[in-house]
Amino acid sequence: MEEVILEIKDLKTYFYSDKSVVPAVNGIDLLVRKGETLGIVGESGCGKSVTCLSILRLIPDPPGKIVGGQILFKGEDLLAKTEAEMRAVRGNSISMIFQEPMTSLNPVFTVGDQLSEAIRLHQGVAKKEAKQKAIDMLKQVGVPAPEQRAREYPHQLSGGMRQRVMIAMAISCNPDLLLADEPTTALDVTIQAQILEMMRDLKDRLGMAIILITHDMGVVAEMADQILVMYAGKAVECATVKTIYKNPMHPYTVGLLDSIPRMDVDVEKLHVIEGVLPDLSNMPEACCFEPRCPDARSICSQKEPDLEQVGDSLVRCWKYCPEWRQ
Amino acid sequence: MVAYTARRLMLAIVVLIGMSLMTFYISHAIPGDPARLASGAHAKAEQVESLRVQMGLDKPLPVQYMIYMKGIISGDLGTSVSTRRPVADELKEYLPATIELSVFALIISVVAGVFFGIVSAVRRNSALDHFLRVFSLVGASIPVFWLGLLFLIFFYKQLNVLPIGGRIGIGINPPTKATGLYIIDSILSGDGIALKSSISHLVLPSITLGYSSMGVFTRMARSCVLEVLSADYIRTARAKGLKETIVVYKHALRNAILPLITLVGLQFAYLLGGTVLTETIFSWPGLGSYSVTAITNLNFPAIMGVTLTITTLFVVINLITDLCYAIADPRIVYK
Repeated sequence: MEEVILEIKDLKTYFYSDKSVVPAVNGIDLLVRKGETLGIVGESGCGKSVTCLSILRLIPDPPGKIVGGQILFKGEDLLAKTEAEMRAVRGNSISMIFQEPMTSLNPVFTVGDQLSEAIRLHQGVAKKEAKQKAIDMLKQVGVPAPEQRAREYPHQLSGGMRQRVMIAMAISCNPDLLLADEPTTALDVTIQAQILEMMRDLKDRLGMAIILITHDMGVVAEMADQILVMYAGKAVECATVKTIYKNPMHPYTVGLLDSIPRMDVDVEKLHVIEGVLPDLSNMPEACCFEPRCPDARSICSQKEPDLEQVGDSLVRCWKYCPEWRQ
Repeated sequence: MVAYTARRLMLAIVVLIGMSLMTFYISHAIPGDPARLASGAHAKAEQVESLRVQMGLDKPLPVQYMIYMKGIISGDLGTSVSTRRPVADELKEYLPATIELSVFALIISVVAGVFFGIVSAVRRNSALDHFLRVFSLVGASIPVFWLGLLFLIFFYKQLNVLPIGGRIGIGINPPTKATGLYIIDSILSGDGIALKSSISHLVLPSITLGYSSMGVFTRMARSCVLEVLSADYIRTARAKGLKETIVVYKHALRNAILPLITLVGLQFAYLLGGTVLTETIFSWPGLGSYSVTAITNLNFPAIMGVTLTITTLFVVINLITDLCYAIADPRIVYK
């Protein structure tokens, strides 16, 4: 077994407003090993991005706050680090790419400046050397004419090119862990495939671990080793890609998989999971998926199930508990 | 950018012609007889009449205007009715004082306003933020003449720490004239006494004049910085591991400053207008007090001269701010 890069134990990140508390992430556990890709899937608002931002401690405070748990990065608890120690981690051993390549780069600085900024900060190299390294990084992520591109501003680049720049920035200090928050959602399909291909290639070459956030089941199938399915701030299922695709256990996972459009089956309408995500600030003491679950029984609305080992998967569902048959 | 500048300058000429037409018409539409006023209370009718002919006031208005514009092209702005000196010479004398005052006020308002705005935004909803918001709101709403009088009473009469009246202390020789701006001239000629005296004379008038603009800059800077701080690229900058000071003062400020550049141009016009009151209160020998005298004396050539000078200044300043905008924001390209 490869060494464990990141282990999260019972992470809780809440958002506070005058009237209510929203538990955006409510007790997540996960584990990522070196060179492994963990896909976190779930619909918008289920806490995927908040989990990633919590790892880097970039939750805007106020209103957000990490209220509990541990984030162990190579054995050290990131939540116990000072802000200065955290800055040495960000962009260096853990880096992040975001969903919106169009707005994630600063419009008034050149691409080269923005790239070399992180390199100079974490590697302490001279300006000229950092510039050269920035150009090398652009070459690595497949940006044509990198010398010229480095002198250009973000608005002169296409969306796909900007995401390549973001990735170049993220990997410029050889991180052990890359957090990719829906890196291809804003891109069109051909560019999406190119970016994913490149990420996979970089992962193999650099040996970094990736946490890939997406709501696209097709993307995780292609990229991930492990999958964590999140719903309403909690993990509902966790298993290897193979297990999940072959034998999805949680009704929510089943619903997600059924919603993938398929070419080989002739259907009138795409499958949808009826209903919407519950109001997180007002959660009943029950299974959070119960109102939308096709299999729900009376027990589901009475008590919340725990995350239990069932076969090769971890599942949070009453269906696989002895109480179900009563 | 060169073509753009040239086009803007051409446009400026059109603006100036329009401006001169309006001022010319309005100042001549005001009831009152400049010839009568200029020739004194005891002048006989024929003396007034001959002065009227001499001043060209007997000709029809369009002809008067054409004569005036012909003069402007050769740099002749006419003769002041009250002093009989060329208006151009008088403007040269008074303009530097006004430029010194308004530029100083502008610097104070921009530097202080932007700084307060950033602090306010970064410390959002803190006691300091609330204080600065009230402070800037007071600045934006207090009338200039009222603030000027308060300053006079407090700093001059009560504390007697700052001088008032004029640009330099009585008995101190103004520095050798190079630019007409006392601060720059005294630095150029190495005259420490004149420098100290002219700065201390400038403090109260320029704060009086700049306070309200500072309020505007504070409020604007606060909202700009707040907006920029929630941008995605700020999150990227933080995710790189940059210090918060670098995130704010490099990544956020460079973006937040863009709308403020345009505001500088507009506020400068406001400051030039404000000099009329400020200069009158502090007996500052600039265009503001000059124009007040000119208006009360129906001194048409002087009124026209002041108006055209201020309009030109305004147009030029706004052209400069627009060009600065293109330099500061790489997305803007003028063609």
